[in-house]
Amino acid sequence: MTVLWLIPFLPLLSATLMLLSAGRMPRYLAAWLGVGSIGLAAVCVALVARAYLADYQVQELTLWTWMSVDNFTPRIAFRVDGLTVVMMSVITGVGFIIHLYSVEFMWEDESICRYFAYMNLFVAAMLLLVMADNLLLLYLGWEGVGACSYLLVGFWYRDPDNGRAARKAFIVTRVGDTAMALGLFLLFTELGTLDIQPLMAAANDRWQIGDTLPILATALLLGGALGKSAQLPLHTWLPDAMAGPTPVSALIHAATMVTAGVYLIARLYELFLLAPPTLAVIAWIGLLTLLLAAFTALAQKDIKRILAYSTISQIGYMFLALGVGAFASSIFHLVTHAFFKALLFLAAGAVIHCLHHEHNIFRMGGLRTRLPVVFLSFLIGSAALAALPFSSGFFSKEGILLSAWTQPGIGPWLWAGGLLGALLTSIYSFRLVFIVFFGEAQTEPDRQPGWQMAVPLMVLCVLSLVGGWFVLPLSGVLPDPGHEAVSHWVEYISIGTPLLGLTIAYLLYLGRQVSIASLMASPAGAAVQSFWYGGARIDKLYDLLLVRPFTGLAHWWRNEPVDLLYNALVWMTRWGHGRLVVLQTGELRWYATSMVFGLLLLLAIVLRDSA
Amino acid sequence: MGGLQIPLEHVLLLASCLFSCGLAGLMLRRNLIFMLMSLEVMLNSAALAFVAAGARWGQPDGQIIFLFILSIAAAEVAVGLGLVLQIQRRFKTLDMDQANRLRG
Repeated sequence: MTVLWLIPFLPLLSATLMLLSAGRMPRYLAAWLGVGSIGLAAVCVALVARAYLADYQVQELTLWTWMSVDNFTPRIAFRVDGLTVVMMSVITGVGFIIHLYSVEFMWEDESICRYFAYMNLFVAAMLLLVMADNLLLLYLGWEGVGACSYLLVGFWYRDPDNGRAARKAFIVTRVGDTAMALGLFLLFTELGTLDIQPLMAAANDRWQIGDTLPILATALLLGGALGKSAQLPLHTWLPDAMAGPTPVSALIHAATMVTAGVYLIARLYELFLLAPPTLAVIAWIGLLTLLLAAFTALAQKDIKRILAYSTISQIGYMFLALGVGAFASSIFHLVTHAFFKALLFLAAGAVIHCLHHEHNIFRMGGLRTRLPVVFLSFLIGSAALAALPFSSGFFSKEGILLSAWTQPGIGPWLWAGGLLGALLTSIYSFRLVFIVFFGEAQTEPDRQPGWQMAVPLMVLCVLSLVGGWFVLPLSGVLPDPGHEAVSHWVEYISIGTPLLGLTIAYLLYLGRQVSIASLMASPAGAAVQSFWYGGARIDKLYDLLLVRPFTGLAHWWRNEPVDLLYNALVWMTRWGHGRLVVLQTGELRWYATSMVFGLLLLLAIVLRDSA
Repeated sequence: MGGLQIPLEHVLLLASCLFSCGLAGLMLRRNLIFMLMSLEVMLNSAALAFVAAGARWGQPDGQIIFLFILSIAAAEVAVGLGLVLQIQRRFKTLDMDQANRLRG
């Protein structure tokens, strides 16, 4: 019997146990359970992956029929092909490493049990998302990871700012998810099924390339992907989501959940191939996002926000690759990004952990000798992020850039934009390294990372270095058109750009050949700095366009303007009462007289009518 | 039916006069006893009109209604005088302009 069902079940079981204990579980038990369940799931994934790699046989498992309404019968069923194997390996592998790291990071937190419960729940939902064989089950996982993201961003809920960040993350992604739900409705009404394989077959049967319906459906699904993967214009939640614990940022907001949008598009690639305009939009959105986020990352001060914008930017690369049809390159970058960005986040977490929760990079400095393990991790992570030659990021980004270059028509533009992004990436990642680890020490670390932190960092270092040599079992699952041979200077430029960025960063932030301070002091420099520090003011724009009108309206409605009508009735009645009550004098003769005159009046009316 | 025939108009005129007197008394007098007496006058003026009308059309209904009015007046007086006693006991006056509080 297959172990497939165990993979999401184990984390789910341990999450349930921990949630049911209501936080009364001893912390060592919670840690063992939390890390152990993911470890066991990883072992199961390894078994499944080995079986798949032996014969490339797609494994399917139907547990039960979820519901049966007329011809709508979604099943709880898993389907494991090469793409799923890759995603499962990343989720459980990187997930296990991050869970192990969390043990030390969260050990002193009183809510460690709740933490591991949410993390395990997240892993279960994420596994469900990638293993689902129909879109409804995928959507369940999709919403599950969204809920866990909300819970974990707002993990330290006593600070209202964290709660606000959690709500923002939830609501902004909800905008995309609504579009995605509409897309699912459309697909079901048009094609009559939500099972992924029959759905794509039916789409290919009924729809021609460029028809309106596939364009509409894919655009709606793209909305969901944009929200989840923090792409323009729904990217604003990710920097704020850094309010959560750092391992959460590493697992959810760098390695796995935010790449769900990329997975969705890759999973439904046949559908997207029917809609070339959507693919073009995906490419342009990816390019815009990667440039905007890279510029923004250059101006940030908070170590985690820099990494968050960097994540947005790297996912922009994945979208760019999806847009030009290089699905396998995109997934490849997803995997290497999961390694090196998890590494960077965990290293940043170690810095924060050892530096009394300091987030501001300008109050760090000189940590190279003080935290050597973290320094090494950060160096390797940044090298991979910047795509320095022979790091893992180099291979994946190279593939994306070359695929963009060979795209007919818009290709060179996308390539040039991607190259500029690579330059910026290299500058901001080494800016981070130089400011945090070189120069004079501003804050002294009060401890060294223990083995639970150091081992995950080392493992991820190795993965970030050699991840580029992995051959993902994606052939036959995703089309990889590859690219025709390009002239060598294109390759040389792509190799040279990160090195150029490294040099610029060195000159600006370490060599002090060019004074960055005097540049910042000039009015234009300050204006540019504040523009990008505020994330290109997009948050302000949304605040002005959406949040303020909404809260204004809410404040207005809170006074219940509709009730004005009914209140007016009440006021009129009360006023009339005030006027009429003076008639009630208690004087009998007055009553009698008024009755008489009333009677006379009535008589007069009756007589006049009858006359 | 012989003898002196009184025209209906005269009787009705008399009834109206009585009614007006009663009404004026009701509206103008302050003493409760006098107000009750005025009510009696008004009732009787109405009764007179009924009797006259019954005689005019040779119907017994007018006299029947008169008997009704008589008994109603008796009942009303019984209740009314009871009230008069109570009011006298509470307010020590029968001046209805003095007794205008709803709460005793």
